Order: sequence, then structure tokens, then C-alpha cells
Amino acid sequence: MSLLQETLAWFSDPAQWSGPTSIPWRIVEHIGYTFFAIVAAAVVAIPAGIYIGHTGRWRKLAVLSTGSLRALPFLGLLTLLALWLGIGPLISIIALAILCIPQLLAGMYSGIDAVDPHAVDASRAMGMTETQIILRVELPLAMPVILGGLRSAVLQVTATATVAAFIGAGGLGRYIIDGLALRDTPRVLGGALVVVLLALLLDGLFALAQRFGARLAYPAAHTAPAVNVLAPSPSPNSRRTTHDQPPTHNS
Amino acid sequence: MISRRLITLSAAAVLVLTACSNPNTAAQDNIDEAAGAAESVSIGSANFPESEIISEIYAQALEAQGFEVDRHFQIGAREVYLPALENGEIDLIPEYTGNLLSYLDPDTTATSAETIEAELQEALPDALDILDPALAENKDSLNVTPEFAAEHDLTSIGDLAELDQVRLAANPEFAERSYGLPGMEELYGVTDVEFTAISDGGGPATVQALLDGTVDVADIYTTTPAIEEHNLVTLEDPEQMIAAQYVLPVIRTEAMNEQVVDTLNEVSAALTTKSLSQMNALHSGDDVQEPAEIAANWLEENDLN
Repeated sequence: MSLLQETLAWFSDPAQWSGPTSIPWRIVEHIGYTFFAIVAAAVVAIPAGIYIGHTGRWRKLAVLSTGSLRALPFLGLLTLLALWLGIGPLISIIALAILCIPQLLAGMYSGIDAVDPHAVDASRAMGMTETQIILRVELPLAMPVILGGLRSAVLQVTATATVAAFIGAGGLGRYIIDGLALRDTPRVLGGALVVVLLALLLDGLFALAQRFGARLAYPAAHTAPAVNVLAPSPSPNSRRTTHDQPPTHNS
Repeated sequence: MISRRLITLSAAAVLVLTACSNPNTAAQDNIDEAAGAAESVSIGSANFPESEIISEIYAQALEAQGFEVDRHFQIGAREVYLPALENGEIDLIPEYTGNLLSYLDPDTTATSAETIEAELQEALPDALDILDPALAENKDSLNVTPEFAAEHDLTSIGDLAELDQVRLAANPEFAERSYGLPGMEELYGVTDVEFTAISDGGGPATVQALLDGTVDVADIYTTTPAIEEHNLVTLEDPEQMIAAQYVLPVIRTEAMNEQVVDTLNEVSAALTTKSLSQMNALHSGDDVQEPAEIAANWLEENDLN
């Protein structure tokens, strides 16, 4: 039997479709790890990113530290946390959160940083408070970039959450890690395929969300019909409403 | 390395000079040549520290007997070094009885030391041979903390059947292989096991999970220093669920001679699980010693150098 057939047989085995080791449950676990890791990372990255982006302070430090955070080996980090805090879902979530803070943070501060300073100055001249400027001007205009950061963070966490199975975690990584240990190649391949599909699905959702984010960045598009909202570039209307050149974006 | 080459060169030079100065003892020359060919042994090791330490012990023990040793350490996994042994790229490598047999004969069900050794003789390719197994054994073992053992009166794996539920940490394959959960159920009637897979081969994360009470039982290899360090209780396995894994040299038949066999058998007779565990401890922690140093000290202590 070819590997492809064996993998198909693995998928069609009823054991894969019910119970705590079934594909649907593993997907739920996997999304759970991903979701909580992103939320935990956002708690850190959103305030820090707004502060850095709005004030321009600590920017060099942020660039340096996010760069070095990216270089952290995930498995090493996970093992270290397991020795400190004991095994369990918590350490997987913390390790994954640390992993994706750089993407979220970079998306936040570079998004806000890229907002046209004239727009910010104009808002200030109109009498907006700093909080209003952040909430009504900077964040909406930065939204496509912020969502881009979120998108790459979610992708990376979805892929890397498989490694958490190395130290006792559940999720789709179980199929890959267990399959490797048992030399059960169809299981490894099946598990990897599900991860790929899940990642593609999430990425597709974020592609849509990023286009939706463009609506926040260009308020005039908000009232336009849905077809225009999903158009690859903002309509001429939106350019006029900002009374200035809007930042280019790549939705 | 350079000094070893120099010694080899000067030894060769001496041989040549001796040969020149004694033109009338051709018979003697032939014996020297034959001896010279036999005196070089090429030793391999797998790519983990314990294998390298054992190989280094073999190497230094043979060097002490006047052999010249070529070290080819950290070759890789069994799939790589056994063909190298058959091809004659290396002459000798340390192995573990149970794992070697299940590599050669994947369908084997042998678990006792005697059956494994008997089946190994059958399963080995003609070009290879095994020598006496050591007293040292490195196999999976189920361990509990001394407190947990005392609390539930545990000495054997079968005693776990008395508990309502057992939380167990091991490598992922433990869940499905005959020496793991299926064996525990079949041979000891231990059915309700909450399994946590940790892929560090009974390493630090597994030990930590046992010590902090996340799990009750942990699968740890018998030569892991942590067992002694934390006074862990290794549960007995009277039904031989876990296959024997005694250390033994696998040697190319062509490379065998009496002196090599005697030297290695002497080493194996002295090598115990405890000493292997202690040597592993020396290779870890803050004050890591090199395998060569560890091996030299052990040979010295056992008068084998």
C-alpha cells in the first residue's frame, strides 16, 4: 500500500473521528493553545506597542528586543519552562505567547509609527486628547498593519504549537510527535496535513479581516457597498476625507 | 592527534629499521606483520554520551593491551553504524541486547536476557559476533518517588493495579508498544492510566513531572543518574514486560582474536548499571567531564588499565 493510501486509510479510520484523541478534538485543543497564547501575547504587546508607537520612545529597544526574542529556540524555552513550572497546558501557552509577542509588537508600533504625522497633528489642532488621537486616529489608520502582525503571529503559533506536544501537550502535534516515535509515517503525514489545512484556513480568515481593517483605516469606505470594501485599494472618496495623503497600505 | 600520528610513524620507522638490521630473520618479520595487522582496532559509538563513554572504555582497555585504536565516535543511529560495522568501516561498537535484537528481528517477542541472547546469535549477520554482555543494563523502568511508594506500598508494577488511577509520564511510544500501556494491562492488570507523553527519553522534564507530583509514575532509563539522585523507587518487573537491555560489544568476526575478546569480556564483567549511571552523572551537570577522562578513571578504579 502506498504512503498516500495509508494516509487516506488513517483519515478514514473511525477512531480518528470520535473521542479525546480524534482529529476534531485535537483541532479544538490546537486552536485553544493558539487562541490563549495570542491573547496572552496581546495583553503585553498592545499596550506596549501603543506606547512605543504613539510616543516614539523605547523604539530602538523594542526593535532590538523583538529581534532577539525571535531568535529564542522554542523547544529550549519550552523545556526550561517545564523545569521551572512543571508540565501542562500553561507552559505551552506561555512559550507560544513569548514566541509571538515580537510579531504583534512590531505590527503595533510600526503600524502606529506609519500613520501620517499630519493627520495626528491635525487631530491635535482640532482639540482631540491624546487618548482620542490614539483611539480615533492612530489605531484605525494602523489597523491593516496591526492585523498583518496578528496574522503572521497566528500563523506562526499554529505551526509551532505542534512542537508543544514534545513536552506533554495535546493538539495536532500529538499525531506528528507520536507518529515519529512509533515510526508511523501515515500518522505523521495525516497530522501535518491537518495542521497545514488549519493554517491555510486561519490565514484566509485573516486575509478577510485585513480587508475589513482597511474599512477602519479609510472611514469613507465604511459607507460604500461591500464590493468596494473588498476592493484591493481604497476608493478615491476615502482619499478626500482624510484631507491629506493617506498612508499606503497593501490590502 | 599529532602526537598519536608521530608515535605511529616512529613505531613504523622502528619496525622498518629492525627489519633492515635483521635480514636473516624473515620468519620473525612475518609474525610482526601479522601482529601489526591485528593490532589496530577501529571502534565506533552511537550518537549519545553513554555509548561514547562505553566506547572510550573499550578503546582505552584495548590500548592498555597494546592495540592501536581508531575512534569513530558519534556515528549516529543503529541504521547507520550497523551497516558500517558489516562493511568493515568499524570493527567494534557497544550495543544493548534488546534493542539490537528488535532492530535485527522486528517481530521478536523475547524479553528475558537469556532468550534475547539466544535469538541474537541467530539473528546476527554472519560477519558479526557478540561478546559477553556486561552486568550493566540500560532499559526503560517505571519509577515512583519514595514517598509515593511508601504511601501505597509499591514494589512491583503489578502493585499499581491497586490504585484507582495512575498518572504516568513516558515517551509517546510507551502508549502503544508492548512494553508500555498494553503490557501493563495484559501482564499486570493495570488498566486506568492517565498518560502524559514527554519526548525527552526520561530526561529532566519527565523527572521534574514525577518530582512535582504532576504524575505518579515515570518511565526513566535505568542508567539515568536522577534515579539515584532522588532516591526514586524503580518498580520491579517480574513478568519481564520490559525487554532486557544489557550492554555488550558487537564485533566484526574478522576482527576477533583471543586478546581482544578477553580484554572486552573483562571490561564487561566489571561494568555495572550503577557504575554506568555514575559515569553518566559525571558527563552532565555543571562540571562536565569528557568521556575519555571518565573512562580512564573507571578503568583505573577497576584495575583494567
